[in-house]
Amino acid sequence: MRRDGGVVVIGEDVAEGGPYGATRDLVAEFGDRRVIDTPISEAAVTGVAVGAALSGWRPVVEIMFIDFITLALDQLVNHAAKARYMSGGQLRVPLVLRTQGGAGVRSGAQHSQSLEAWLAHVPGLAVVMPATPADAAGLLRAAIRADDPVVVVENKALYYEKGEVADGALVPIGAAVTRRDGRDVTVVATSRLVGEALAAADELAAEGVSVEVIDPRTINPLDRETILRSVSRTTRLVVAHEAATIGGFGAEVAAMVAEEAIDRLAAPIVRVGAPFTPVPASPVLEDAYLVGRREIADAVRRVLRW
Amino acid sequence: MSALDRATALELYRVMRTIRQFEARAVQLFGENKIWGTIHSYAGQEGVAVGVCAHLRDDDWITSTHRGHGHCIAKGADVGRMFAELLGRETGYCRGRGGSMHIADTSKGNLGANGIVGGGIPIATGAALTATYTGSDRVAVSFFGDGGANQGTLHESMNLAAIWKLPVLFVCENNQYAETNPVKDAFAVEDISLRAAGYGMPGVRVNGQDVRETYRVAADAVARARSGLGPTFIVAETYRYEGHYYGDPQVYRTKDEIEDWRAKRDPLVIARTWLTTDRLASEADLARVDREVDAEIEKGVAFAEAGEPASPIRLPEDVYAG
Ligand SMILES: Cc1ncc(C[n+]2csc(CCOP(=O)(O)OP(=O)(O)O)c2C)c(N)n1
Ligand SMILES: [Mg+2]
Repeated sequence: MRRDGGVVVIGEDVAEGGPYGATRDLVAEFGDRRVIDTPISEAAVTGVAVGAALSGWRPVVEIMFIDFITLALDQLVNHAAKARYMSGGQLRVPLVLRTQGGAGVRSGAQHSQSLEAWLAHVPGLAVVMPATPADAAGLLRAAIRADDPVVVVENKALYYEKGEVADGALVPIGAAVTRRDGRDVTVVATSRLVGEALAAADELAAEGVSVEVIDPRTINPLDRETILRSVSRTTRLVVAHEAATIGGFGAEVAAMVAEEAIDRLAAPIVRVGAPFTPVPASPVLEDAYLVGRREIADAVRRVLRW
Repeated sequence: MSALDRATALELYRVMRTIRQFEARAVQLFGENKIWGTIHSYAGQEGVAVGVCAHLRDDDWITSTHRGHGHCIAKGADVGRMFAELLGRETGYCRGRGGSMHIADTSKGNLGANGIVGGGIPIATGAALTATYTGSDRVAVSFFGDGGANQGTLHESMNLAAIWKLPVLFVCENNQYAETNPVKDAFAVEDISLRAAGYGMPGVRVNGQDVRETYRVAADAVARARSGLGPTFIVAETYRYEGHYYGDPQVYRTKDEIEDWRAKRDPLVIARTWLTTDRLASEADLARVDREVDAEIEKGVAFAEAGEPASPIRLPEDVYAG
């Protein structure tokens, strides 16, 4: 925002910082003309952001919980994503939609979802999912500078993580990162499950198993090469995310690897994801629902047993 | 009402006539199987787009609808590139990617026709936000139908525009039907413009068949918007001559009703009458304009037919930048 006066933040309660304080203090520096609090009108607010982007601004619209994106989807999917294409390249929509998803805070089915796969299915959108503080900053910076709509899906559980953030660093959209090198199994994990995968890798190292952990960071456009290169070496793949397994982003990774590198695989691909139920509220149920380190470690053991 | 000068009056007529002839020719091309999909004719509603857009500059924005040819022409589009788009040519406004329902023309501030009913309304509101924040006196106009008026986006956008005092005109073209759904079944009020009061903005109901009326009402609304006084809700009463889409069997209305509107409330006939009786134009002037419009339309069709068809090799282009 300091660099480009055209960047504005718009959304519900953004001036006050939002429920997790993500935009806190912005209004003090940039004022209420660039940090715009709105009434509760997700459809129109997203549409206003699309209109502002079409007319030369770089709005960062916040949808407080990804669960509420249903109300904004028309503007995102039918307008933001397609304007460039439908107009034959005349229009551009340099829009960022920031939102957060994920469970674990006992808030129940309408405040805990992981819906990123819906968005990754839409040509014209890019979807990024930062797993570290540095990536949260670097991907957001890249998203703001991009000339196409980018959805930034944060995970609310990660808001409490601490980490080094280099000033001004950009994390390119569409570039995966290898979080841990390994020989035996590749684990592709997103968002909160990156940390879980690293924890699982530590645990497995004690058993003599060497796990490579890849964080795609951007789920569309996907960095296929980094994944394929790793799988070609390790010959085994586990894909892990917090969202439901059925129809999840992991299905795309599994299919892509099956298409491109099935001859390199020594075992079937295993996906780790949530059961096919809404997210429950009670701690006991939600803990049973969530997948993490244990499920990833079990999946790695399974592909090794094959 | 301040009297229209000759040049302006004749120009209003010319643009209306261009729209009418464009639609007639589009329907013909459709019949020749040169246009695919669906086209929604604007014939009958010319007085609305023309009366409003006459007050707009090239740097003002509009958003339009599935029935968007008229708005596009009234905002200054080239009919040749429009026909080329309908015919799926590389030379069309959208290189064949948009088609009838998605023509945009950024050179004239047209942010696009829209296949989603009510979809353009918040987008125009966002453009108006840009106008305010850049300190300019640009305005944005969103056209939508009676059907679009029942989308949540209108209500949310009118509220945002009112609280932020945005320079935007919400122009509802009440052509009496949304597909097959008559307005009497879709609204509990007869005068849709009453809604404006609930958002704290002026609401005006206007006869959309007399371009002098829409011109007058839009003049006030645009002046208001340019001077920072905020949005206006305009409801223009109008009628579409073709069905919802070209080829619609139209079981939901009678031939008599259509004939009645055509005979008594045709925007072009009405304009010709006052143009001649007020001595703003002679029959000869009007005949000349008609000839010029016909020539422009034919030139446009020829341009379109000569254009290179959109190429499948280029299918993936324009999804993302670069
Ligand atoms: C969101 C959405 N719902 C439904 C449709 C299907 N549809 C297309 S046009 C139309 C009627 C629109 O009526 P109105 O807004 O009055 O415009 P008119 O066709 O009369 O110009 C409908 C229902 C659509 N395109 N988009
Ligand atoms: Mg209608």
